[in-house]
Amino acid sequence: MALTVLETNLTAYRRTWRGSVLSSFVLPILFVLGFGVGVGRFVDLGGKLGPVHYLDYIVPGMLASTIMQVAFGEAAWPIMSKFQWIRVYHGWVAAPLRIVDIVGGELLFTLVRILSTAAVFLGVTTAFGAVHSWWAPAVIPVTGLLGMAVAAPLLAFAGKVEQDGYFPLLMRFVVIPMSLFAEVFFPIAKLAEPLRWLAYVSPLWHAVVLCRACTLPGFGVTAWAAVGHLAYLAVWAGAGFWLALLTYRKRLVS
Amino acid sequence: MVAVTSFGPGVYGRLDAQARRAGAVTRRNVAALRSAYWLVLISGFFEPLLYLFSIGIGVGSLIDKLPLSDGRLVDYPVFVAPAMLASSAMAGALSESTFNFFGKMKFMRLYDGVLATPVRPMEVAFGELLWAMARGSLYSAAFLVIMVLMGLTSAGWALLAFPAALLVGFSFGALGMGLSTYMRSWQDFDIMGTVQFALFLFSATFAPLRTYPVAARAVIEVTPLYHAVELVRGITAGALHPVLLLHAAYLVAMTLAGLYVAGRRMGRLLLK
Repeated sequence: MALTVLETNLTAYRRTWRGSVLSSFVLPILFVLGFGVGVGRFVDLGGKLGPVHYLDYIVPGMLASTIMQVAFGEAAWPIMSKFQWIRVYHGWVAAPLRIVDIVGGELLFTLVRILSTAAVFLGVTTAFGAVHSWWAPAVIPVTGLLGMAVAAPLLAFAGKVEQDGYFPLLMRFVVIPMSLFAEVFFPIAKLAEPLRWLAYVSPLWHAVVLCRACTLPGFGVTAWAAVGHLAYLAVWAGAGFWLALLTYRKRLVS
Repeated sequence: MVAVTSFGPGVYGRLDAQARRAGAVTRRNVAALRSAYWLVLISGFFEPLLYLFSIGIGVGSLIDKLPLSDGRLVDYPVFVAPAMLASSAMAGALSESTFNFFGKMKFMRLYDGVLATPVRPMEVAFGELLWAMARGSLYSAAFLVIMVLMGLTSAGWALLAFPAALLVGFSFGALGMGLSTYMRSWQDFDIMGTVQFALFLFSATFAPLRTYPVAARAVIEVTPLYHAVELVRGITAGALHPVLLLHAAYLVAMTLAGLYVAGRRMGRLLLK
């Protein structure tokens, strides 16, 4: 039944996909090329990153950070809108849908958005020669898991708060700092100890490490480390899913 | 002499009345502030700071030194900080003068009421611009203080850079208002956001202009943020040069053109 919810979302997306092309595909790729090539020239000159090109270094990081932002965009305003503004959820619960179908369907749709974004991003950056390993396709499931780790707790948050003013704050104080300090642009060994711990806590950092291991041979991780990173992301996704179920149930069934 | 005395008070009186009416538009915005706004206001200050720490210091630690346009070599944070200042002045002015201004004009229908009073369209444009600048100037001042504390510029140059940052805000605020009068719907703002992001990336913000391909350089040299970045960077890095006057003149011209277009178009859109 979650598929019915997915289908509803996809039908709506057929009308609005054009707007998301700019923000999910064009802007991130513009950023990678603009920043990676422009600044990369000077980083490569300094040689402090070792033999790796700076463009190749930021591509996996930017991929994960883009996925985080797509997940945020899909799980914040649209969900609040369905609870409060267009109020379709109240109709949906009257249909033979369980709460788990609604939450699952929303996450499935976010997953479709994420996987398609990741595939395009990977294709374009490979064409620019920034990908150097046959493991590269593995970034797609990794970003899928990251997307769930971000979107699931957000569903609960969007269902809980009363006004959308919280989202820009969440963006400024959580999402943007994460994308700036979670090893996307520079090794966090450069950060002070307490700041480094903030990076370890964030789901983004774990995904960045995994994605980089998939595209750059020199940055591989051990199998156990990979399992640890994946498990951490899965905990965020699982706990988020459970919280979302609780919030939706409280809000819609009573 | 007689002509001057009979002419003087009239002109000054008129200007004074115009300034008071524009000021009334600004004061309305102050009166309409809600408590949650303060949080948003404060949060806007953190963004350029986070970028400065991440890109300037984090990525900067991977880079040796960069050449300024006068050939002097500086550390990467010295190079990037003024660009963050200029682009945050742009972003602040644009968000207030496009998104909020458009909402007030098209959806809240605020100016329909305002224009029923003696306030004229040009005075609305000017009053809104002043408001946009009040917020932007707070951010710029705070950012400059941090640059001085971090040793990225000296206090003297920071004092001189402050009016430059104000000019940057003014020019983009005026440009934004002019553009808003041509916007049809919220979707048009997506296009504007994309252009703004491209400016942020390519206006010699993160890498010197000479590293771009020649064709790209020609395009960048006509876009406004490039002039803003070069002006602010020239001052905070202490590399004064007559070319800075050209950059400033570009921004002044943009301010005047934006205000003129906004005032005229608002008259046409709202005074039917």
